[in-house]
Amino acid sequence: MYQGASNFAQGVDNTFMFIFAISIFFLVVLTATMIWFVIKYNRKKHPNPTQIKDSLKLEVTWTVIPLILVLAMFYYGYVIYKPMRNAPDDAIPIKVVGRMWDWTFEYPNGKMARELVVPLDKPIKLVMNSADVIHSLYIPAFRIKEDLVPGQETYMWFIPTIQDTFEILCAEYCGLRHAFMTSKAIVIPESDYETWLITEGQGKDEHPGLLVLQNNACMSCHSMDGSKLVGPSFKGLFNARRTIVVDKQEIQITVDGEYIKKSILDPDSEIVKGYAPKLMRSYKDVISEEELDQIVDYFIKEGPI
Amino acid sequence: MSNSIPHNSYLDPQGNRKGILGWLLTTDHKRIGILYLICIMIFFLVGAILGGFMRLELAKPGQQIMEAQTYNGLFTVHGIIMIFMVVIPGLSAVFGNFFLPIMIGAKDVSFPKLNLLSWYIYVLGSIVAILSQFSGDGPPDTGWTFYAPYSMETTTNVIMAVVAAFILGFSSILTGLNFIVTIHRLRAKGMTWFKMPLFPWSLYATAWIQVLATPIVGITLLMVIAERTLRIGFFDPTLGGDPILFQHLFWIYSHPAVYIMILPAMGVITEIIPTFCQRKVFGYQAIVLSSLAIAGVGYLVWGHHMFTSGMSDLSRLVFSLLTFIVAIPSAIKVFNWIATMYKGSIEIRTPFLYTLSFIFQFMIGGLTGLVLGSLATDVHVHDTYFVVAHFHYIVFGGMGFAFFAAIHYWYPKMFGRMYNEKLGNIAWAILFSGFTLLYFPMFVLGMRGMPRRYFDYLPEYSTGHLISSIGAAVLIFGIFLMVYNLFRGLKTGAIAPANPWKGRTLEWTIASPPPLENFDEEPVIDAGPYDYE
Repeated sequence: MYQGASNFAQGVDNTFMFIFAISIFFLVVLTATMIWFVIKYNRKKHPNPTQIKDSLKLEVTWTVIPLILVLAMFYYGYVIYKPMRNAPDDAIPIKVVGRMWDWTFEYPNGKMARELVVPLDKPIKLVMNSADVIHSLYIPAFRIKEDLVPGQETYMWFIPTIQDTFEILCAEYCGLRHAFMTSKAIVIPESDYETWLITEGQGKDEHPGLLVLQNNACMSCHSMDGSKLVGPSFKGLFNARRTIVVDKQEIQITVDGEYIKKSILDPDSEIVKGYAPKLMRSYKDVISEEELDQIVDYFIKEGPI
Repeated sequence: MSNSIPHNSYLDPQGNRKGILGWLLTTDHKRIGILYLICIMIFFLVGAILGGFMRLELAKPGQQIMEAQTYNGLFTVHGIIMIFMVVIPGLSAVFGNFFLPIMIGAKDVSFPKLNLLSWYIYVLGSIVAILSQFSGDGPPDTGWTFYAPYSMETTTNVIMAVVAAFILGFSSILTGLNFIVTIHRLRAKGMTWFKMPLFPWSLYATAWIQVLATPIVGITLLMVIAERTLRIGFFDPTLGGDPILFQHLFWIYSHPAVYIMILPAMGVITEIIPTFCQRKVFGYQAIVLSSLAIAGVGYLVWGHHMFTSGMSDLSRLVFSLLTFIVAIPSAIKVFNWIATMYKGSIEIRTPFLYTLSFIFQFMIGGLTGLVLGSLATDVHVHDTYFVVAHFHYIVFGGMGFAFFAAIHYWYPKMFGRMYNEKLGNIAWAILFSGFTLLYFPMFVLGMRGMPRRYFDYLPEYSTGHLISSIGAAVLIFGIFLMVYNLFRGLKTGAIAPANPWKGRTLEWTIASPPPLENFDEEPVIDAGPYDYE
């Protein structure tokens, strides 16, 4: 197991040990007994079986003892779990949106990030929602996981106890690039966190169009470096010559602002040759007219080359 | 085969229908059992090979032999075939059909024509399931669980796969209904409820689950179709639906479905142990009651599939408690099985080897279920390889190995010949090692945080995945060796006597293979089923 890195890890690991200890004891004792019987009462040595009468005492014994043990396991698991559902009032709320196939984290002051940056030893509450299908935010080192359900808000909380970087994984199957829907949880000292929070950092220097692309997880399907993911790469997009398929007719076009906008609002109408339709949804009502212009402007002025 | 076996067996041509039609239009429960056996064996081999391809892809990090979309389709198909076409019908349809009437002293099931219809419905559902892979816009990629709203949004051939599962459900309901009526009405004279053997008892408990739980998944699947075609809005929040409702409805059936698989497996094991120990089964009534308890409480634990789903905290608590309670009747069975070996006269034959490994693997599967029932620990390993390992230990290590035990146990009765026992034991050893290599590392991977349904993974998980893939190769080799041995026995095996293992239940009192109407004269029962005195 990873080293536990949250306030819950120790309790969860102890529960594992408690259940495993009892389980391994029973597994070993029962298996050994079984093998011992098989050897001892082998037909060669023991040709005449002895018929044994049923015993109510035995049946009650091996009903009641396991029952007590499993109730203890239940209780232990519940007691450790209960605080996971009670976030303290002073926990820092961070909004999480999961979408195919990326995460965005929004901080109390409105700062957006694609990685979860949190202060050491401070309670954090993740308030989560999904933009499309069910995802599940899983941080193995913190021993926490909760689904992100479209149309409703779910939450979990934790206190990071080790300063390091940890994997964030999606644990609920969400389609093509489910296995690649990953991010990092970066735990830093509180003072660094405060500084990080107010530095607009990458955000301010970067083109607003790029931020729109990032916030909508466009790059989880469209690479910036020319590699082929689910959709065509953004590399050298503006003014590129592309072959598109419209009504089974192949047409040569030069990518301009109109084509970019149309591809965002009505992705299936003009598909680049070699890519499958119906994989991308329309971003009508999600990306505003103004943001569309910013995206086009980004591709004209900066765009990945 | 009829040349060497002197009586008129069910395998001989009957009446005026010769050849293949004599099988396709038969109402004989034994022939229908064989029809199921053939189908299930084919689907099992296909499902196993698909699983093998998955392990090949996962042997190393990065893309190996297929694209992510292919992989996602593959684990969906593997799940649909294995769950709906292999393990749910599995033991009930094959050995239940063949041996239930014989073991209770009946000539056939209550509704033989309905029984044949059930098989045709099963075949129809299976054909639709297979077609769903090759038609429409590509094989479904939702996983066998069809979780909304992904199953509403994906463009793949979900509707057809859902229709297949819907049709297969009817086969299951009708078989269950048939068995319930058969057990109530057709027991031999003198066979009171508590003189009935334990395999029929387990089928009885199973049949009630089939009849009562399957309609729920049926209506759920119809709702999926209605939502996808008419945009009605049951489960998709953009249409006003609730995705968690789908999970409740789906698991209300699909958790009890686990007991549809495992209860008959427990029944088979309970038949085999007394025979090879020559001892009366220990705790007959406790085993009966535990089967009924599993069938009853098993309905009420579905929520443990949803501990991280966003459902209410109170329901998480209640479902966790009930999940721990349902562990008890399974534990009682294990204790009684082992107690039956005490002071027996134990002969280690191939079916008994499968039985011993069943008990071992079932214990591991059951005990790791406790980890998943406990809230604190489930949250960490939920939807990881730990779960994959757990349910393969139950479904394959449990139900699958019980199926192998059953086919080796009843083979001489069903076909009138013996398989090569030495080769059978070697195949068992390979299967057992391959199984352990394949699935045990998955517990470790899951504990370390490896999520399931991942096409690719982080490098720190590569050792476990590699061992697992090697295990898959060993396991598949073992499966083919076992199947080869069974096929070879049909032609070249020694003629089997009526009672090769000295069993006490009714199927061992008649000739091998059984005559057409099972019994020359109706048996009268005056003793318990396992009286070795």
